Amino acid sequence: MTTTAVRKDGPAAVTPPPTVGSHVRNYLSRVRGGDVGALPAVLGLVVLCTVFAVMRPSSFLSAGNFANLFTQGAAVTLIAMGLVFVLLLGEIDLSAGFASGVCAAVLANVVTVLGYPWWVAVLAAVATGVVIGTTLGLLVAKIGIPSFVVTLAGFLAFQGVVLMLVKDGTNISVRDETLVAIANRNLAPTLGWALAALAVVGYGAVQLLRHRNRAARGLITDPIAVVALRIGGLAVILGTAVYVLNLERSRNVLIVSLKGVPIVVPIIAVLLVIWTFVLQRTSYGRHIYAVGGNREAARRAGIGVDRIRISVFVICSSMAAIGGIVAASRANSVDPNTGGSNVLLYAVGAAVIGGTSLFGGKGRVLDAVLGGAVVAVIENGMGLMGYSAGVKYVVTGVVLLLAASVDALSRRRAAATGTR
Amino acid sequence: MSATPLLELRGIDKSFGPVQVLRDVALTVHPGEVTALVGDNGAGKSTLVKCISGIHPTDAGEFLFNGEPVHIGSPRDAATLGIEVVYQDLALCDNLDIVQNMFLGREKHSGIVLDEPTMEQLAAETLAGLSIRTVTSLRQHVSSLSGGQRQTVAIAKAVLWNSKLVILDEPTAALGVAQTAQVLELVRRLADNGLAVVLISHNMNDVFAVSDRIAALYLGQMVAQVKTTDITHAQVVELITAGRSGGLGLATDPGSNGDGPQPADSISGGAR
Repeated sequence: MTTTAVRKDGPAAVTPPPTVGSHVRNYLSRVRGGDVGALPAVLGLVVLCTVFAVMRPSSFLSAGNFANLFTQGAAVTLIAMGLVFVLLLGEIDLSAGFASGVCAAVLANVVTVLGYPWWVAVLAAVATGVVIGTTLGLLVAKIGIPSFVVTLAGFLAFQGVVLMLVKDGTNISVRDETLVAIANRNLAPTLGWALAALAVVGYGAVQLLRHRNRAARGLITDPIAVVALRIGGLAVILGTAVYVLNLERSRNVLIVSLKGVPIVVPIIAVLLVIWTFVLQRTSYGRHIYAVGGNREAARRAGIGVDRIRISVFVICSSMAAIGGIVAASRANSVDPNTGGSNVLLYAVGAAVIGGTSLFGGKGRVLDAVLGGAVVAVIENGMGLMGYSAGVKYVVTGVVLLLAASVDALSRRRAAATGTR
Repeated sequence: MSATPLLELRGIDKSFGPVQVLRDVALTVHPGEVTALVGDNGAGKSTLVKCISGIHPTDAGEFLFNGEPVHIGSPRDAATLGIEVVYQDLALCDNLDIVQNMFLGREKHSGIVLDEPTMEQLAAETLAGLSIRTVTSLRQHVSSLSGGQRQTVAIAKAVLWNSKLVILDEPTAALGVAQTAQVLELVRRLADNGLAVVLISHNMNDVFAVSDRIAALYLGQMVAQVKTTDITHAQVVELITAGRSGGLGLATDPGSNGDGPQPADSISGGAR
């Protein structure tokens, strides 16, 4: 959108270099053309936060609740990040919720029942996820069963596996200090600041280097003001978040001090960076988009379509395993309902609300984080307003439908205007 | 004409089970020329192209590339020789931009990271080399392009790889008048840049507008390969529909025995 093909043909053929104004106009025309991206999620987040802040100013806006949002939404967000890969191919993984339950049950068994150290348990859980994903992927890609059916079968079967692993209806507690810390402890305030600074500097360096590299080669670049704005925006958001999270949120400081960034936040951030890098900057990621956009074209381009299809299920189930670990950590235990009930639908909802298309070919890992935030805010805010679980489910279902409608309608609009 | 042909096929036979689709087909393709491959539905055009591009193995016959005998056993072999096919149904990904599509499956890297600036520069150079000025931004998604622009990108993608022979399967079939002219102009330019071009087309106007030679297939046999200037519109149509026209084409009467095409029942099954 900001580059041009006709660099070599002299000034007459060169489109004028983009300015901030043209950048904004481009963005607006893209949105009007149906390429709304994460806009609905961001708007939804703003609206929801405003509503809850007005209705429940003291509880919703407290620092303690802000920290709660992260730990509440973490597991769903992690599962949604994996689901984005599957959705990018236009497939679905309905078993991701209970896959996370199975992996959490493996974790609890290894660490509590068998007494191995925490890292062995984590490795075992992730390995379980890899095995599950490979099985699902092989069934979908090699046997050719629709992913909907394969993972629906997985949904049922894994529910049974969780039941068997936690010995019918009881639960297994997770007491290992490191595992419990993941979702229940915080970083030291200075470490929080240091990581935030590192993130901003790293992001800024990548952006500026890319800008300089492109400019040096005579390719048209985004205006430097836009680049600066992006870096500044990230700095403001991270700075505010870290500041609020570093506020004392203990009810009684004399008993226990409670402040700092929850440990799960940097975990999500690191995974977000890794998966975004994989999707945007490697051939593998490019091929995922290609297979999602036009499988036949990808095949003719020499891409191993089956390999890609299997691998996304592996990524999805592995991320589900990490989500399961976080869920087990947060609950201090694993019970037959871990990863069950609403977890899967919240995760699919998070990805779709964030702007990942159910039709394949469009989506980012960041979508899962934004959508996960929306889901967490609904869950949290409605809880504070005293609504029952029933109302929460209905509202989340309606929001998911809304997001899917935005997806379908923007797709239709894009087809009409030819921008997608 | 004087130089060695870039690609020369001799005695190509190809059967799908009991149906013989290609019979003793010979074809020569010269660099710097557009060779139009014409024939009715089921004459074997697509099969011939698939044999050249390595998708179908041939039953018999020789391939000479630059005068050297070669074996084309897979699409990869064909690509290594510099043979690229632009398919009728384009094979572009709508959700990727022009650069991403042009390099799909053959991305440039620095380390494990995609080297976007280099790819963008190479794509820009290729488009500029073909004097393509209809696309304004290399970073727009292919879905936002018109049919002609998409065909242009597909052709540019084929040219990007130092290809020597570009085969175009009905490139103008789905295009409007202006876009057809645009694409034909590009086809001509490919040949003028020294590439060998094989153009499959049903449209006689297109064929006469750009081709240097016409090769006519009739029921799996190459009935004539002549210079475009030596033949008339009507003669080509006769070659396509009857297999012969005056002194050109099949020597024997189609009804008699021998090498001539067999009527009706052997035609069925299609040569596609």
